[in-house]
Amino acid sequence: MTPWQENVLLPARQIDQQIAAEIDRVGLTQADTADWRTICRRISLGLVGNSLSLEELRAIEQIDSEHRVEWWTDYLLADSRWSHYFSERFSRAFVGTNEGPFLLFRRRIFQLWIADEFRKGTPYDQIVQRMLAAEGLWTDKPEVNFLTSTIKNGSDGRVDEAVAAGRTSRAFLGMRIDCMQCHDDVLGNVSLGEPGAPKTGTQLDFHQLAAYFSGARVAGPNALAGLRDESHSYQVQLLGDEDETEVKPSVPYSKSLDIRKDGSREALAAWVTSPENKAFSRATVNRVWALLFGKPLIDPVDDIPLNGPFPPALETLADAFAASHFNLRDLVKTIVSTHTFRRDSRLEELPVTAEHESTWATFPLTQLRPDQVAASLNQACRLQMIDDDSSIFSQLERSFTRNDFTKEYGDRGEDEFKAQNVTVPQRLIVMNGKYLRDRIDDNPIANASSQIGFLAIDDEHAVVAAYLATLNRLPTETERTAMVDELAGLRRSARSKGVGDLFWILLNSTEFLWNH
Amino acid sequence: MTYNSECESWHRMQRRQWLSHSMLSIGGLGLTAIAESLARASESPREDRRGQKSRKARSLIVLWLQGGPSQLDTFDPHVGTLIGGDVQSIRTSIPEIEISDSLPLTAEQLHLTTLVRSLVSKEGDHERATYQLKTGWRPDPTIVHPSLGAILCHQTEDNLEIPRHISILNAQWPARGGYLGGQYDAFQVDDPNNRLPNLRRPTSEPRMRVRIDGLKNVVEREFARGRFQDLDILKTQHESATAKALQMMDSQQVAAFDISQEPESKHERFGNSSFGRGCLAAIRLIEQGVRCVEIQLSGWDSHVNNQETQSERCVILDKALSALLQELKDRELLDSTIVVCGGEFGRSPNINGVGGRDHWQHGFSTLLAGGPLRRGYVHGATASKPTSDPAKRLDDVRQPITVQDLHATLLDSLDIDFSQELKTPIGRPLLISEGRVVRELLG
Repeated sequence: MTPWQENVLLPARQIDQQIAAEIDRVGLTQADTADWRTICRRISLGLVGNSLSLEELRAIEQIDSEHRVEWWTDYLLADSRWSHYFSERFSRAFVGTNEGPFLLFRRRIFQLWIADEFRKGTPYDQIVQRMLAAEGLWTDKPEVNFLTSTIKNGSDGRVDEAVAAGRTSRAFLGMRIDCMQCHDDVLGNVSLGEPGAPKTGTQLDFHQLAAYFSGARVAGPNALAGLRDESHSYQVQLLGDEDETEVKPSVPYSKSLDIRKDGSREALAAWVTSPENKAFSRATVNRVWALLFGKPLIDPVDDIPLNGPFPPALETLADAFAASHFNLRDLVKTIVSTHTFRRDSRLEELPVTAEHESTWATFPLTQLRPDQVAASLNQACRLQMIDDDSSIFSQLERSFTRNDFTKEYGDRGEDEFKAQNVTVPQRLIVMNGKYLRDRIDDNPIANASSQIGFLAIDDEHAVVAAYLATLNRLPTETERTAMVDELAGLRRSARSKGVGDLFWILLNSTEFLWNH
Repeated sequence: MTYNSECESWHRMQRRQWLSHSMLSIGGLGLTAIAESLARASESPREDRRGQKSRKARSLIVLWLQGGPSQLDTFDPHVGTLIGGDVQSIRTSIPEIEISDSLPLTAEQLHLTTLVRSLVSKEGDHERATYQLKTGWRPDPTIVHPSLGAILCHQTEDNLEIPRHISILNAQWPARGGYLGGQYDAFQVDDPNNRLPNLRRPTSEPRMRVRIDGLKNVVEREFARGRFQDLDILKTQHESATAKALQMMDSQQVAAFDISQEPESKHERFGNSSFGRGCLAAIRLIEQGVRCVEIQLSGWDSHVNNQETQSERCVILDKALSALLQELKDRELLDSTIVVCGGEFGRSPNINGVGGRDHWQHGFSTLLAGGPLRRGYVHGATASKPTSDPAKRLDDVRQPITVQDLHATLLDSLDIDFSQELKTPIGRPLLISEGRVVRELLG
């Protein structure tokens, strides 16, 4: 068996079997396989955050039809757009979206470091270990920013141990234990302990995790050396106690996996990323699944019960991720190789129901995030692919306009996978806003609509090109007829405007603004 | 299709339909606004949620002073003390109460307000403190709480064609819907002198018709095939949001944003500033039926040259705030509108080495007015000789009010049962507020 078959194909088939069994169990019909363009659009949205350019679609068409999806996946995973995009998504979980302390936190340096590690193929566990055990200057050692991002004004340079513990549990272990900062888990939301012997989470569990970070500080005579651990007694007044208690570092469950037991951040990093600590793998695969499907296997993405129950696919995917030595590219390939990922989002005979989507019998319909809308609008209105090899003008335009648009459209912050309704202001922004207006105006140098209007040999070709550039699919017969009729008789500038109108229609559609 | 039309009561629909078809609504905002006011006046005194006559308010205006205004240079001066700085004080329309002499016009209107001089919080970072003041909750990484305006819109029903929650001057951290959803986010607008964003058709009327027809009757129909039986209602709400957007583009109610319809004397009274214009627009919007308007005046973060910074900001605030209070009173809107004026924290008693004051959350001021809030009342006080012991800072504040108690009081004044538990997306039921009503603030 080749490594690809063992690490990618085998778990993909197991996942399909588990999901198919669940669909059968509840008596639902599975959707057929979607067409290759739709699958490639999903991959593109998941890996680089925008739909495909006409240029890219034409390139994929040259590949043997059996291998298009694999080729496109490999192509994007080798593209720096992927590492930068995944870095942005992961760093939201690592350091949040707040501005953080101005002097002690450099988000851009942090994100570039993660992107570079992703690009190099550094195993994910090693990246996390470096963040948890980081020491030094935040400008020199980018991973230090994971902890300096938590330092607050007036805290004398101390890492906020509670924030660091909360982020560690949510981002790396997929567990929301923040509420235990103030009290024991009275609602029964946090189960710790071992699979055979679960126990309710306590306030002490939280603070024992926080205690690992209590000595981390940027201050004192070694301030120039950056973040260091100092000897520090971590005192907490537990709920109901009159006096403070000194809390020593200890991991919240699976204590036998804490081999070093010295209370250091290195020991915590080794425990968090241990292949036997399955919460670490589950948290990562659930996040990557959410990036590719638009929603996680377990929702919210960072709230996975430690001792189950787990939905089909999660355990197999987590095991495969650990077995691949935490290889993110293999994880992406495994998910993309499943039939589950390639299913259509619609059914031929029956209407789709919420249950179809929740069991993955159909590919779920999810609204694009604001950054995906911005990037997809930008890309759809240019015939050529916009990447790091594009002109500096195109890259700057992509960067600045994407940020402005995302802010106006409503950045979702850390909670990226929460289902949201489209709002009236969002519709107004796309329908009437400058962002789209500038991109479909009559501008033969920059805009795809004008170029198609001028260059397409006939109206039918113009309609096909517009559909491919925007929705990444061919028009149906009904659509082709209707849209060709609208362009009939238009010449030169009027034809460009007609194609601009067509672009407006397609870019304002549910189909363009949702993943499907 | 209108906002929350599906939730509209029969009684209110009847009244609105009458308005929309009556002669009063013809001819632009002026008459429509009057008609709205008349209709709303016929409802007062309002009945509260228990069906009793009450003075509960229906609307909220938040004057958001971003950056942390100095209580010592605005509403809580300590003239002649070590912490007082160079600021002087003046008498106000409340006997024996003085405020900074940078706010002379506001001083004349102080009898309309409740001045809280004893707000305390635990957040000293701009972003975190802003979050707390706007939502009533400290930041929690597992959930985003809704702002006051979002809660107010969630808890009420209206039949407006324009957004019910509006943020003027594009705040850095505008009021958000949080776990209630993006539909409760504030609609953001710039200086009211500028055209409203994204409302103007991008092309001619005939071309727009072609676009809408192609979208609705060709592309959306094709996309709906083989999907949810009622895709728009059960899943996307894309088409209904598009319909509402189109309705707003054509609505006469949009004229409520247009302050050019106000006489020049009004403009002068509110001051020649974007903030003043925002306050003038807020009155028109509230009159139209909007539930919450937030207007931001930034630039209060005076770590350097505190007094110069604060007094320069006060010039703008003074005109706008005093005019807003007087205008609400003149238009008989003060009983139904709560006004909150404040920032995320105050500034330190100590003046630093570069003449600035740093962040101070251990006793700062917020001005309140309207609805059932007391008029001519000052609550709490801060010490002129604050302790140097950080553990005893609360000892320096008489009648301290926490942010959550302030929120509970405001929510109660808006007739919102804040003891309700709302279901959050993470499945955890959450109280609207954990605070308690500060009865002393209510009349």
